[in-house]
Amino acid sequence: MKKFGLGKALVPVVSGITLIYLLLPIAYVVAFSFNARRGRNNILWNGFSLQNWQNPCGAPQVCTAFGNSILVGVIATVIATVLGTMIAIALVRYKFKGRSTVSLLLFTPMATPEVVLGAGLAAQFLLAGVEKGIGTIILAHTMFCISYVVVAVKARVASLNPAIEEAGRDLYGSPTQVFFRVTLPMLMPGIIGAALLSFALSFDDFIITNFNSGTATTFPKFIYISALKGVPAQANVLASMVFFGALLLVIIVQLVNINRAKRLAKI
Amino acid sequence: MAFTAFSQSAKVVDQAPKSKSWIALILLAPGIAYMLLFFVAPFIQLAITSLQAPAEGHGIGQYVAGLEFINYWDAIQQYWPQLVRSFIYAVIATIIGLLISYPLAYLLGVTLRNRAMLQGILLILVVAPFFISMLLRTLAWKSILPVEFIGTDGSVIFGLIYNFIPFMVLPMFASLQALDLRLVEAGTDLYASPVTVFRKVTLPLSMPGVVSGTLLSFIPMSGDFVVASRSFLGSTDTAMIGNVIESNFLQTQNYPMAASLSIILMLAILIIVATYVRRSGAEDLL
Repeated sequence: MKKFGLGKALVPVVSGITLIYLLLPIAYVVAFSFNARRGRNNILWNGFSLQNWQNPCGAPQVCTAFGNSILVGVIATVIATVLGTMIAIALVRYKFKGRSTVSLLLFTPMATPEVVLGAGLAAQFLLAGVEKGIGTIILAHTMFCISYVVVAVKARVASLNPAIEEAGRDLYGSPTQVFFRVTLPMLMPGIIGAALLSFALSFDDFIITNFNSGTATTFPKFIYISALKGVPAQANVLASMVFFGALLLVIIVQLVNINRAKRLAKI
Repeated sequence: MAFTAFSQSAKVVDQAPKSKSWIALILLAPGIAYMLLFFVAPFIQLAITSLQAPAEGHGIGQYVAGLEFINYWDAIQQYWPQLVRSFIYAVIATIIGLLISYPLAYLLGVTLRNRAMLQGILLILVVAPFFISMLLRTLAWKSILPVEFIGTDGSVIFGLIYNFIPFMVLPMFASLQALDLRLVEAGTDLYASPVTVFRKVTLPLSMPGVVSGTLLSFIPMSGDFVVASRSFLGSTDTAMIGNVIESNFLQTQNYPMAASLSIILMLAILIIVATYVRRSGAEDLL
């Protein structure tokens, strides 16, 4: 096959620069998790040390905030994944009045700046007299996660071959049996992907959280608050742990996918 | 993979939708109720709040229902520089972001199409920033960049571009990955120069990705208040509309002002996006 133009050197060179731009701060965050501690300062390099990794909860509040983020992320993800998957199935599989209105309702939050979503919810909680805290953060995160889950799962539902479910019915499977033993397993890769995305979005959200958290702290909020005085190195440790954990997970998923593609190619 | 969920355009199998609307209703009801309660109702509440009047004796955060349309005028008069600045920042950052992201998307989707391993590795690198706190990465730039640069228009735009590169690259990658290379070859066979082929074939066919990538970056950029805040890459001279909404709502508790500004931001984005989508001829792409 011919090489296609667009300046043969331009593409790799610009791509390389963009990738370095993208990855440099990550290297910085990881490197500074190994910075020897001197007071709260984690801006100047004081030499290599493992002390932060040995005691990641060493700084006050940092692990409470981290734990809150995981708690919020897990609960919001579970609710959003269940509700979003139900909506996605309904949108692809059934005809009903107002289908496009429902799609619009789910698309709009993704096209709304977070600051508007955050302020709106905060105004709502203010009116309802609801005290802001972990609960209101969960309610807020679930809301924006549902939209993303619907988009991700919809694509999966749309790619299902209905003939397989038909086969299930032909073999006298009841509708519930067909759903739980045929449809749901086939949707699983999409649902798991949507759940991971939802957790990541919730875990890293700051803007909406800031409006609806009251005195409760999440990991991003902890960083925002301590940004002025200096973020403790333990925050870098926890962030690096999440980074390497997620990276490992993604590499495993990617390898499984490549393997599956190879096996399919043989058939 | 979670983050390429949007970029893998799954094959659509023909599924005639069934008209058992009662099942659809059962599936939809809880989720829709949730969205009405925590998305639609807050929007209405925001509109109501934007028209509130100061309560008598006006303590901090004390407002009563009203129809003070003047709030909008006050908001614009007081904060138009921040509003305009937000959109200028977002437009510049979107354009530069597009220029540096497109080659990367092209490399992933066209150049490396038949090299699954390398493509996979680079894709993981593109989504890697999602796995590490956005705030920590932005703070890292504060330490890496020269001190004199921090707090300028340039440093805020730099930070905005940085945070949204993956949102640009992924949709454009999806479009370029689906591009039929035989069309490019046909262009070359007809003696079109590489530049012409790119302009007449590759770019138009990747437009859906360009449009969604730019929108996915532009909208959150214009409402961002982390990058431009003083403890990150900004200064008092770089405040964006998000910063103003945040401080009015959470610090001075001027709820009507924060709400008016939110509605104005939303309307402005709506107008800009609608114009852009029409201009780029992308109505049917969305």
